[in-house]
Amino acid sequence: MTAAVFFGCAFIAFGPALALYVFTIATEPLRIIFLIAGAFFWLVSLLISSLVWFMARVIIDNKDGPTQKYLLIFGTFVSVYIQEMFRFAYYRLLKKASEGLKSINPGETAPSMRLLAYVSGLGFGIMSGVFSFVNTLSDSLGPGTVGIHGDSPQFFLYSAFMTLVIILLHVFWGIVFFDGCEKKKWGILLIVLLTHLLVSAQVLPNDCLLGLPSEYSKARDQQYLLTSLVLHASGP
Amino acid sequence: MLTFMASDSEEEVCDERTSLMSAESPTPRSCQEGRQGPEDGENTAQWRSQENEEDGEEDPDRYICSGVPGRPPGLEEELTLKYGAKHVIMLFVPVTLCMIVVVATIKSVRFYTEKNGQLIYTPFTEDTPSVGQRLLNSVLNTLIMISVIVVMTIFLVVLYKYRCYKFIHGWLIMSSLMLLFLFTYIYLGEVLKTYNVAMDYPTLLLTVWNFGAVGMVCIHWKGPLVLQQAYLIMISALMALVFIKYLPEWSAWVILGAISVYDLVAVLCPKGPLRMLVETAQERNEPIFPALIYSSAMVWTVGMAKLDPSSQGALQLPYDPEMEEDSYDSFGEPSYPEVFEPPLTGYPGEELEEEEERGVKLGLGDFIFYSVLVGKAAATGSGDWNTTLACFVAILIGLCLTLLLLAVFKKALPALPISITFGLIFYFSTDNLVRPFMDTLASHQLYI
Repeated sequence: MTAAVFFGCAFIAFGPALALYVFTIATEPLRIIFLIAGAFFWLVSLLISSLVWFMARVIIDNKDGPTQKYLLIFGTFVSVYIQEMFRFAYYRLLKKASEGLKSINPGETAPSMRLLAYVSGLGFGIMSGVFSFVNTLSDSLGPGTVGIHGDSPQFFLYSAFMTLVIILLHVFWGIVFFDGCEKKKWGILLIVLLTHLLVSAQVLPNDCLLGLPSEYSKARDQQYLLTSLVLHASGP
Repeated sequence: MLTFMASDSEEEVCDERTSLMSAESPTPRSCQEGRQGPEDGENTAQWRSQENEEDGEEDPDRYICSGVPGRPPGLEEELTLKYGAKHVIMLFVPVTLCMIVVVATIKSVRFYTEKNGQLIYTPFTEDTPSVGQRLLNSVLNTLIMISVIVVMTIFLVVLYKYRCYKFIHGWLIMSSLMLLFLFTYIYLGEVLKTYNVAMDYPTLLLTVWNFGAVGMVCIHWKGPLVLQQAYLIMISALMALVFIKYLPEWSAWVILGAISVYDLVAVLCPKGPLRMLVETAQERNEPIFPALIYSSAMVWTVGMAKLDPSSQGALQLPYDPEMEEDSYDSFGEPSYPEVFEPPLTGYPGEELEEEEERGVKLGLGDFIFYSVLVGKAAATGSGDWNTTLACFVAILIGLCLTLLLLAVFKKALPALPISITFGLIFYFSTDNLVRPFMDTLASHQLYI
């Protein structure tokens, strides 16, 4: 593992997010604040889901292999659900803030809900991606050989692409979700939740969690398909 | 207030206060004084010269701060809010930079994570066998530290009351000299050691001398704003690093918590020393110490004439001398953690320009304690970056909320409590709850 792997994977994972930030968000201070607030909301949701998982682990108190795995799957699903709940909470907060800004600055155009949806999605995505990947990245700088015990040597690359996919998906989910909330189409919220669950759970069959060797390319293709679907959904 | 010395010699501890002040209240810098110590006196001295210029401004300031006469009051709020987001970002950037410097140093230079003794203000060791004893020792350390802070604050109030400005001035110069030369030398030595780069003494002498001399000039006299800001960030980072190195683990966390509480009490309670200091300053109609405040103020008014004859010398300088007054930081104590919008030195007729250029100030003490929190998280978070990032986001959000409160209440506010509380909550919960969860997820390559 070298600096090449580190920089390559870092830019694969965070390049688009960084570009989006630099070109659309960094210019307006209000957007930066909303981005960081979105990141904070995601962090709080992660905290609560970790708490739930931790308590479940303490309650079950079983050191078995399979039980731990099922607990992890349970933790994942709970986490996805709580994330979407916090997305909804952030939507409500932004709605209130937006109205507040409008009443105070009647002449000035407050940021539109679509823009806030994008910013909040990016905030969620960046935080999620960073939390998932930064420890792996810092390990990639150190010495070692990937896959020496028979695992795939493309571990870093796969993780980087997966992180990229998650970040972009969060952006799209944010847009679709807020749109559904604005138009009061609650079915859309359900679709967002389901696709999120699908993405998180999709790794499961390919994962050594169930004792099968990872098939990265298949998982990756499925991720991309899902990403493009959600992208098209968030388009109009 | 914090002056730091090498671990084997005595070190004084300074502490700071943070407070946020809005533009409408030109004098309530009380928060600052609290912790400062003799350094504050110097600040007062320095303030006095600038004070005169601001004296005449106070009324127009109040006037102007509330918008232009004749403007509806709603517009004032709008202006505050309109500039609120920009000011928040103007504070996010230096705080982020300071934290980045501290975290980068902690992660790469081993020196600052090695235990090499403790400050005399934390005499109780934490190398005890039992948990209870360790907790007791850390609480005792905190009590000693906080009482030192309170004593120095009261000493400062006394000095200020009896106008011992020269004494304070001298102390301030001494502390900034030490920080800019000695600690920079030590820091540079450790960084060179880490990267195994050789540097001969003549080069070292030249480098440290230039760095320190320019720093003294920028901080205590006049200099380009960006350079002054950079120096303030660097000295805050240096102070934070020293704290991270010399404060034992548990004591550091308890001290952080205790200082936020003290900050809250001292700024908001009517009998707090800071408040007394403010009242004294208001009675004398002088501004309170500007010491060690990071100012993001840009040029206030372009080409504004200087009213104060004592600062005639400043007129020849290309940048607006007004700028310095407000961004005047007598270095010495990195701690007036306070944030405030400086009173507009506008004069009637220049309101529009002034409002464009209003800046925000944050005490260096805030920088230091934020960086201590994040640095400690980086140093002790078992090599985990998630904890550091979580604390970073928490502190930024706390700062954002504090600035929002400032916009709402328009008076001096402490900047430490909310951020430090969020930071502490997120540190402990991320380290104990989120880390095992994320590690388990990452080892199975699950993405949530």
